[in-house]
Amino acid sequence: MMENLPGNFPFVAAVLLMGVALYILIFRRNLIKIVMGIAILSSSVNLFLVTLGYRAGGVAPIYTEAPEGPMVLPVVQALTLTNIVIAVATSALILSLVIRIYRHTGTLDSEKSRRMKG
Amino acid sequence: MSKIVRTVANQLILFVLILGLYVIMHGHVTPGGGFQGGAIIASGTIMLIVAFGSGEIKKWLRERHLSVVESSGALLFSLLAFAGIGTVFFFNFLIGSRVFGGTPPTGPNPGDVWTGGVIPLMNLAVGLKVMAGLSGVVLALALFSSGEETDE
Amino acid sequence: MATLIEHSSILIIAIPLLAAFLTPLIGMASKKARNVLVMASLAFVALLVFALARDVILNGIHVYTLGAASPGLTTPGGGVAPVRIILEVDAISIFMGITVALVSLVAAIYSLSAMKGETGQNRFYTLLLLMVGGIFGMVFTGDLFNLFVFLEITSISGAALIAFRTRSADSQEGGFKYIVVSAVASLMVLFAIGLLYAQYNSLNIGALAAAMQYTMLDKIALVILISAFAMKLGGVPMHMWLSDTYSVAPVSITVLLITASQASMYALTRTCFTLYGVTLDSAAVGWIIIAIGILSMFIGVTMAVRQTDITRLIAYNCVCESGFMLVGLGVGLAVLANPEALAAYGITAISGAIFHMINHALFEGLLFLAAGAIFYRIGTRDLNQMGGLGHTMKFTAILFLLGALASSGIPPFNGFASKILIYQSVYQFNPILTIIGILVSIITLAVFMKAFFAAFTGASLPQYKGTKEAPKTMIAAMTILAVIIIFFGLFPGLILDGIVRPAADALVDQSPYINAIMGAIP
Repeated sequence: MMENLPGNFPFVAAVLLMGVALYILIFRRNLIKIVMGIAILSSSVNLFLVTLGYRAGGVAPIYTEAPEGPMVLPVVQALTLTNIVIAVATSALILSLVIRIYRHTGTLDSEKSRRMKG
Repeated sequence: MSKIVRTVANQLILFVLILGLYVIMHGHVTPGGGFQGGAIIASGTIMLIVAFGSGEIKKWLRERHLSVVESSGALLFSLLAFAGIGTVFFFNFLIGSRVFGGTPPTGPNPGDVWTGGVIPLMNLAVGLKVMAGLSGVVLALALFSSGEETDE
Repeated sequence: MATLIEHSSILIIAIPLLAAFLTPLIGMASKKARNVLVMASLAFVALLVFALARDVILNGIHVYTLGAASPGLTTPGGGVAPVRIILEVDAISIFMGITVALVSLVAAIYSLSAMKGETGQNRFYTLLLLMVGGIFGMVFTGDLFNLFVFLEITSISGAALIAFRTRSADSQEGGFKYIVVSAVASLMVLFAIGLLYAQYNSLNIGALAAAMQYTMLDKIALVILISAFAMKLGGVPMHMWLSDTYSVAPVSITVLLITASQASMYALTRTCFTLYGVTLDSAAVGWIIIAIGILSMFIGVTMAVRQTDITRLIAYNCVCESGFMLVGLGVGLAVLANPEALAAYGITAISGAIFHMINHALFEGLLFLAAGAIFYRIGTRDLNQMGGLGHTMKFTAILFLLGALASSGIPPFNGFASKILIYQSVYQFNPILTIIGILVSIITLAVFMKAFFAAFTGASLPQYKGTKEAPKTMIAAMTILAVIIIFFGLFPGLILDGIVRPAADALVDQSPYINAIMGAIP
């Protein structure tokens, strides 16, 4: 891996983002920060998927007015688009739940707003 | 918001709608498609909500109408998928016919919109659903945060 | 009729989705028509599932290629790899399909009276049909990314349904926990799918299984997939969301959530047995799954002892029962590479675990529906405040007792039949596991007897003097489950030979699954 670190850097960046997101999800208590953690996790997986498809010197995988040269893989781009759509739906749902929890309990701190323990 | 913002938003919403519909309808030859175009139009709705306030927009975009458009977009998609069930579900039965039925040439080409079979129609269905759905979501969140007690 | 069966695998997924999209439009016009639409679509899907089950068990695996020129054309034009999304229904898939069909029908019948006074019922039934379509999609698909998409559909609609009663703060918190856990688990599944696609250039489970070489990246993908699916099904140490979520959701939704967790367990077995098959280090992976199972059993029943809320008690019992299934599957996986041990007790362990999957859905469903009937009548779930309800709610008491006995493995109910299979086979693998299982079952019986005596027997409390029996449709839904429980308990041989044994055979041998997809390739 070290011999091609400039070429492999997007993978390293994706894993670092995943680490940041997991740190936020485990150690942060503010509900909005948890939502941001899920968004960052989703972005890291998207970055990982798009980087998987890259071929050196490749162009976008669209035949309309395409320049010469090899094309990058299109399947992973479809996977990434689907994941973005799913992330939009998840974010909408989770933000509306956060608003409801705030209305009911008056706080956004997950330690103070939780009512079910044990 | 001030008069300048409201006037500019009034003018720009037309261009946003045109761009969104362009991206939806050309999804099979250029980057884009149903979700992307629908999201562009929903961002136009967000611009209007920010400029005019959600109370104003609520009088124009009623939740019942958005629900009807959303459901009919999803129904159109399902019915187009069911229509090919004579062969197989999701079969592209419009290739070779007179509606979107051309055959695209292989390799790099200057892109012909009148190809693709059932795909542009499915793009349109998904675009309708996403446009109505995301606008409804954004409008509901804006109304809810500004304090209107809608219990749904 | 033959063409209906040929297309039935996609119809079973597509009809709930179509009905879900029709429900808002028809619901705006008339409530009765909407209820008729929901019940009719679920009943029709159940008929299709039973017809397809008969065909799959008699005639072999069903393959359906979406969008091809004919349903079985997986590799068009003489290519070397399958293209398009392919649905593949083998015996274990149709077994899960039967479970989902029964449970969703019962949940819909129960919801007709449980949701009677609520607003926003259009959205409730739309989300319920979407969730049912999502679970069917998860168990019928033969494509890993399609599994991910249907997993997300199920999770998002499930979370929206948990938080449906917006006036209760607890349900919002339960829905929030469910969607956070589901989002993290699903994103990890997508990461593992990316790893597998990068190596083998295919998303189809059959094609991946044929090309699998168990490199380092495959090991990482296996670990991520097992952890993510265990997180979704509530195995310890990722079990904490389960009691918070199952206790506050509307109980017909809890019944469907149990089925969604079973579908995640199906995905776990599909990964370990079919996708990796004999290439993985089966003793090590088997013992890891056994360890998760033992922890789930033990911690589930221990936490259940100290609960005072009746639905949280039943939810911790769910964790415990998932542990039994995981132990059975883990034993089967651990001896997968060893043909004599596999034939002696491995297949029995897997059969016991699979039989326990449907039994778990049935008796936990019955327990939750009975607890929901109590909540509907008296408005509280706290055992300390209940007492003497059995005088007026006679049917509910009998059905709750039936579910409790079935869950503890008392003959002649269905829990006994599946647990005895698991005990016998696991004893030959390692006797200590069986002893832990029997102890846990005894503690489960004690916990449920405490709950039954606290809620139903004793003197009638004055504040509950006028409570009536639960509504007729609720009793009808619970009776359907009770009849099936007694039938499975009295005639387990029919079920075992009919649907469970073919499912276990389909799991231990991945070759029919792969050949159904790649068969045309020399």
